[in-house]
Amino acid sequence: MRCGVVVFPGSNCDHDVYHVLKHVLDQEVLFLWHGDADLRDCQLVVLPGGFSYGDYLRAGAMAVHSPILEEVRRHAESGGQVLGICNGFQILLETGLLDGAMRRNRSLRFECRDVYLRVERDDLPFTSDYDQGQVLRMPIAHAEGSYIGSEEMLDELEESSRVVFRYVTPDGADATGEDEERWNVNGSARAIAGVCNEAGNVLGMMPHPERCAEQVFGNVDGLAVFAAVAGAGARGLGVLS
Amino acid sequence: MSAAQEPAVNQRLAVTMGLNKEEYVRIRELLGRKPTYTELGITAALWSEHCSYKSSKVYLQEFPTQGEHVLQGPGENAGIVDIGNGWVAAFKMESHNHPSFIEPYQGAATGVGGILRDVFTMGARPIACLDSLRFGAIDAPRMKHLIDGVVRGIGDYGNCVGIPTVGGETGFHSGYDNNILVNAFALGVARRERIFNAVASGPGNPLLYAGSRTGRDGIHGATMASESFGAESESKRPTVQVGDPFTEKVLLEACLAVMRTDAVVAVQDMGAAGLTSSAFEMADRGGTGLRLDLDRVPLREKGLSPYEIMLSESQERMLLVARRGREEEVARIFERWGLEVSEIGEVTEDGMARIKAGRKEVANLPIAPLGKNAPMYRRPVEAPKDLSKRQAPPEVPQPDDLAGTLEGLLGTPELGDKSWIWRQYDHTVRTNTVIGPGGDAAVLLLKGTPSGLALTSDVNPVYCSLDPSSGGSQAVAEAVRNLACVGAEPIGLTDCLNFGNPEDPTISWQFRECVHGMAAACEALDVPVISGNVSFYNETEGKSIPPTPTVAMVGLIPDLASLPVAHFTNSGDRVLLLGEDYGEFGGSAYLRLLHGVEQGRPPKVDLRAEERLADLLRFLAFEGILRTAHDLSEGGLAIALAEATIDGGLGADLAVDIDPVRLFSETQARAIVAVAPHDVERIMEEATEFEVPITELGSVGGDRLKVRCDGATLDAQVEDLYRSWSTALPRALDF
Repeated sequence: MRCGVVVFPGSNCDHDVYHVLKHVLDQEVLFLWHGDADLRDCQLVVLPGGFSYGDYLRAGAMAVHSPILEEVRRHAESGGQVLGICNGFQILLETGLLDGAMRRNRSLRFECRDVYLRVERDDLPFTSDYDQGQVLRMPIAHAEGSYIGSEEMLDELEESSRVVFRYVTPDGADATGEDEERWNVNGSARAIAGVCNEAGNVLGMMPHPERCAEQVFGNVDGLAVFAAVAGAGARGLGVLS
Repeated sequence: MSAAQEPAVNQRLAVTMGLNKEEYVRIRELLGRKPTYTELGITAALWSEHCSYKSSKVYLQEFPTQGEHVLQGPGENAGIVDIGNGWVAAFKMESHNHPSFIEPYQGAATGVGGILRDVFTMGARPIACLDSLRFGAIDAPRMKHLIDGVVRGIGDYGNCVGIPTVGGETGFHSGYDNNILVNAFALGVARRERIFNAVASGPGNPLLYAGSRTGRDGIHGATMASESFGAESESKRPTVQVGDPFTEKVLLEACLAVMRTDAVVAVQDMGAAGLTSSAFEMADRGGTGLRLDLDRVPLREKGLSPYEIMLSESQERMLLVARRGREEEVARIFERWGLEVSEIGEVTEDGMARIKAGRKEVANLPIAPLGKNAPMYRRPVEAPKDLSKRQAPPEVPQPDDLAGTLEGLLGTPELGDKSWIWRQYDHTVRTNTVIGPGGDAAVLLLKGTPSGLALTSDVNPVYCSLDPSSGGSQAVAEAVRNLACVGAEPIGLTDCLNFGNPEDPTISWQFRECVHGMAAACEALDVPVISGNVSFYNETEGKSIPPTPTVAMVGLIPDLASLPVAHFTNSGDRVLLLGEDYGEFGGSAYLRLLHGVEQGRPPKVDLRAEERLADLLRFLAFEGILRTAHDLSEGGLAIALAEATIDGGLGADLAVDIDPVRLFSETQARAIVAVAPHDVERIMEEATEFEVPITELGSVGGDRLKVRCDGATLDAQVEDLYRSWSTALPRALDF
């Protein structure tokens, strides 16, 4: 599949995503410059992690006004696949392509550590190589990752099954009580770690699947996100086994 | 301040700028006239301790700087070693102590920024940082504020630029109550043929200024870092620079892009002493001269005087030497990344720096006499009078409850879990981190090759304080041991030598002794010093920090396939102790943290024994026999075993034929390992072959750490050890 990784001046996970798509999954990958209003016929567009334009204002707030984002919006609205990771997720929220907003982590500090996610939907192009209920271990690395929304919006999100990943305990249970603070590190509403749009072609997630996609790191739980969406499922599963 | 308002140049002014009387006479004689105000400021900055190394140079020559991997030794922005497969690594460590004590957030942040620029000016893309931090007692005034600020500063800067902080160390000691240490290390990689040197060559080539505009921040920061603190250090806040990591990120990308073309000759960061040091150092290395027109320097505000422009330490600025005729090409690349470029002068061949502002020449200075041939001092040295008293053998009380003693030690911020700190640093970005913070050494994957790099930083200031020579050797030996625990062969080190006021003979003695001990260990263990930094004047109102020669070492792992880890991984694995214990407690964590005693000779450093141990560990790791390897350091065998159980949540049932208190002895050249039962015979044979003493201690398994000694048994729940250890720092900080 022809994949594009958007490069903002402050993107810093762009090379990591490129590496997984290109060198682990053998896909065709291009870097897409933020100043160009052109997706160069990419079928999958990834908004990677980082600090798009420094994010001194609010994560992703400036990126929404970049020329490439108009094209990303058009692509998403016409059913094309868009994956936003970390800062990419924050940007997708700012564009309105996904519902919700982010505030600072409950610790008010940057948090870099492994968390556990439960796959809530396995029928999306991004999650078809997982099973519903499967538990994944994945690193997070962010300061603004506490997902919020009004109760009505959150109810609607749940009813339309747009919650894709949820922070859980290592054995896949909802984190409650004392455990809640430990496993829902950033304090997201309803422990939401990733959401999609109505059509299911746009996914945003705070954890970094590209950081756990090679055996050398002792964790390949994230590889299937890319393998599935790139249509490289067979090969991806080969790597997993 | 316009030129007309500049103060009159005289000896008194020279002294307020940090020059001594002899140095003022020297610059007058060099010029054959009285220097201008701007010239005097430039001279004071270049001859400051921070820039000139005038009190340390005579001793630094002792370090071995050559080795089979070394491509660039000390004297450049960073040293460079060959890491195979056509790749090189550039690395260096630098202190940002003074600014971090005054303004912790910006001080630490700009420390990271500066060291990253030192690495990417060599043409290398930074891939990892380490930070070695020394704080005072946690309950000392301002200390929690300093810890919080430093950690946030490092995190916010490195996280935004996207360089993982993969390791380092943090210590607490009341000797740092009024002078904390922030030592930042960065490592970058480049293709061998892509290395850049910061040498201004080619007369007629343009000098280009790129990056942030120049403001009034940080003026005379280098001089400030060359003075002791009095009671008024707070008032020096304006000398601390302000960092902008986003600009750093784009500057990094633009510089690396420009260096991939053939349009630039050299790049140097405007770091300490700003435009002054970058311009003078590049010309000094090239044996060339330069002409600068200060009217063309991009300014943040109007009305900066030539003196301020030359001495500003505004961050994220670069000076480039381009090839004449290729300026447009360079400018286009910077503009793509949203950065300004301005031609501010050119390289000349007369060895002079001619600096113009308006129509006036404000400085005309010879470069080599101010740089290479700056003053050099052999300061008087004298051992402290109380040395023999402090080295007297300490009394070693027996612990009454072994488990309680162990939990007590694990529950101190010194030996407790540091994840509260390193979770605030992105340590996995760039997807090279195989082993992150918390182990003996960090391990990075070198993508596209089977090999990896190992990084560690080490020093024990208490040892150095009791015996600087032995402490210096120990820092190097421990770093080698930490690398060996992940199977890495050391290929080079960089250091940050943090001391008090060198004009005090006992401080100069400490410095000489430390360097001597480090050099001896580097020779014996075959580790060249390829870069480094000296930070003097870490003292307040006459009270100096403990001597702290921080060592950061880089090692090469030929194959990551058989990497051991620092914790127990398999029930049933056999645990063995490598090395021999001599019951040494001088300067030990046991005496210091539990009994408040810092006395005695620190553990003896047997460099031959260290070499044999490191050789054995590397061999075993390469052969794939080791499942666990963990070095013994502060807190001795007991702490090493506790750490090995905590991380994996697996206990062990062990026995060792020693007096119980010796579980906490800090004899060097030791490590614990765990292997599969069928490998025990093999490891015994290899240890004998390598002449390393070996003792079988028992097995991994269960949820308790049990160690039977002579007459007493240490018996603790791993869960309890974990609780003491993991809550130590957050509890003490109480944020």
